[in-house]
Amino acid sequence: MPFGNTHNNFKLNYSVDEEFPDLSKHNNHMAKLLTKELYGKMRDKQTPTGFTLDDVIQTGVDNPGHPFIMTVGCVAGDEESYEVFKDLFDPVISDRHGGYKPTDKHKTDLNFENLKGGDDLDPNYVLSSRVRTGRSIKGYSLPPHNSRGERRCIEKLAVEALASLDGEFKGKYYPLRSMTDAEQEQLISDHFLFDKPVSPLLTCAGMARDWPDGRGIWHNDNKTFLVWVNEEDHLRVISMQKGGNMREVFKRFCVGLQKIEEIFKKHNHGFMWNEHLGYILTCPSNLGTGLRGGVHVKLPKLSTHPKFEEILTRLRLQKRGTGGVDTASVGGVFDISNADRLGSSEVEQVQLVVDGVKLMVEMEKKLEKGEAIDSMIPAQK
Amino acid sequence: MSDNVGNICEAMSQIRMKERSAEEEFPDLSQHNNLMAKHLTLDMYGQLRERVTPRGFTLNQVIQPGVDNPGHPFIMTVGCVAGDEETYDVFKELLDPVIEDRHGGYKPSDKHKTDLNPDNLKGGDDLDPNYVLSSRVRTGRSIRGFCLPPHCSRGERRMVEKLSNEALDSLTGDLKGKYYALKNMTDAEQQQLIDDHFLFDKPVSPLLLASGMARDWPDARGIWHNDNKTFLVWVNEEDHLRVISMQKGGNMKEVFNRFCTGLTKIESLFKEKGHEFMWNEHLGYVLTCPSNLGTGLRAGVHMKLPNMSKHAKFEEVLKRLRLQKRGTGGVDTAAVGGVFDISNADRLGFSEVELVQMVVDGVKLLTEMEKRLEKGQSIDDLMPAQK
Repeated sequence: MPFGNTHNNFKLNYSVDEEFPDLSKHNNHMAKLLTKELYGKMRDKQTPTGFTLDDVIQTGVDNPGHPFIMTVGCVAGDEESYEVFKDLFDPVISDRHGGYKPTDKHKTDLNFENLKGGDDLDPNYVLSSRVRTGRSIKGYSLPPHNSRGERRCIEKLAVEALASLDGEFKGKYYPLRSMTDAEQEQLISDHFLFDKPVSPLLTCAGMARDWPDGRGIWHNDNKTFLVWVNEEDHLRVISMQKGGNMREVFKRFCVGLQKIEEIFKKHNHGFMWNEHLGYILTCPSNLGTGLRGGVHVKLPKLSTHPKFEEILTRLRLQKRGTGGVDTASVGGVFDISNADRLGSSEVEQVQLVVDGVKLMVEMEKKLEKGEAIDSMIPAQK
Repeated sequence: MSDNVGNICEAMSQIRMKERSAEEEFPDLSQHNNLMAKHLTLDMYGQLRERVTPRGFTLNQVIQPGVDNPGHPFIMTVGCVAGDEETYDVFKELLDPVIEDRHGGYKPSDKHKTDLNPDNLKGGDDLDPNYVLSSRVRTGRSIRGFCLPPHCSRGERRMVEKLSNEALDSLTGDLKGKYYALKNMTDAEQQQLIDDHFLFDKPVSPLLLASGMARDWPDARGIWHNDNKTFLVWVNEEDHLRVISMQKGGNMKEVFNRFCTGLTKIESLFKEKGHEFMWNEHLGYVLTCPSNLGTGLRAGVHMKLPNMSKHAKFEEVLKRLRLQKRGTGGVDTAAVGGVFDISNADRLGFSEVELVQMVVDGVKLLTEMEKRLEKGQSIDDLMPAQK
């Protein structure tokens, strides 16, 4: 799925030349790295559940990309995809994740106590803090490939696991397909609601099939811990709150995640993880920690400084508009988050955010006073 | 082929490995209003999901567009597609009832008549050009031996394009023309095709996208048209070929003449190369969407009916004439300035000549009615019987 492996052997009647996609106008990692030879080598392969090379690359073929934004252009349909199609995924991963090698090991660290500081980001500048990641449940295909039955199983397992949470994690599940208008309005106001993907990057990969079957949103009563079920990954886990206490956000994130993982393990369904790729997710860009820790921060002056991009690069951070990926910033408020996912741990990545945001707030304050920031420009992290 | 059957069985067992029971896999169609949702039962699903066509099209692929697009309370979409010629046979338990429902009670034992002899059309050369602005006939054709747009691989699609180009290149006289591949069209060519209303673009309709027809866009898609701009072929859009004959004014006979001549020539050119169109005596021409089976023909005019369209009996008249109205942008668009697209409603169970005859006769009558209403006269005596 979506377009089936059952046709794959029939396609072998056509030569590699006849089947190889035209990638001449394309600018994504897949198009950059998939040669005709590689295509020829892998095109007769399938994962145990029938995901094929064409399934992996379809989204990248259908979406040539953008001269300025390098999308990944390939997805995994199951855990084994990364192994069966390693001849494509390894170079893509290396390209996307700063030279990460097939022999490298990834470190997982969800011990929030290892984070230094992070509880005092200046709330006059830092409006909100948030950490998100994804998790895939072992033994099931991923969103590009899973059947309705699998998706519903994932939903059922997720709902059971989340229902057993208590204390600050006590909450409620809202399935997309039976949401009342009132619930929908509330979820929109809280900025919790996710809708059917419109991005062709996602729809071409088959992730929106059968929408909204098996999809839903769970959040705790306090509205500080949120789980999306069956959107781009099996689970997307989000911890968030207003203000600059990233430490608290990260603590809740780690504690909640670990509680959920324990419950899944008890049902013999751990999360997909291995020591090379860390947490296995649908998009290769989210491998490793799958973590994006970030803040909405007011940087009207710093953002117009000629060295802004350079500073972000050195701090290993990236900026987005306040609507998330591919949106513009509004009123000088930026979404600043870690750029890395694979090759550094959760604690390390959140530390980069905490330290980097602290520095940028200092820089903003200096610029407000009309002072120079040259001496503060950091070294490359 | 037996090699492939073995491979397909293995492939099917892989897919089945991840699937659960029929009950756990059966789609939730409770909010749905389309023909697939109306006819697909759990038992049928359980039975049909064990099957696969010789080229590997599965039940889930047949129904995916209908699952993903619940439909509209007023518009009954089909909600299922074919991935190859055999789909209509392998999944007949579902597709036969859908076809019967869509095509006015057409039974599995019925035979469809093909008639592309334009001499059999009576009249049609004198629709009043004060009312009839343009005339057009379109149909689709599938090339036997290749998978259809929801399922074809890049290699197959390119082969369809290659074969089509070879056939179209050898047309002469009034039909001589040129092919414009979508992927290397110049800006100037693109603008001209837009101005001529010939250009088709990547589908945005979720009905089409959900079926997989837009994969690998714009690879192997293109537009061919004759120098006179009256005969047009779309390659690899919703069907392998869409063939269109059109011109301004009301000479439907001429449009249909050219349509039949062109189509027949193209068919014989394909046959010379050992390829034929998908056709059988039950379903006529086999196309991707069950709604286009039979003739696949939509013949219509753009005509001015500002008065008639406001008449209380407009819908009733159309129904009795076996015609349908659309806006001038095509399906699902609104009429602009009282100008409507009026075309045959049927596709299967009537021949091409019969359908175009209905349009010709019906449009003549509608024009009379419009003229009467302009003069403030009644049209009651003109009301037709149900055709």
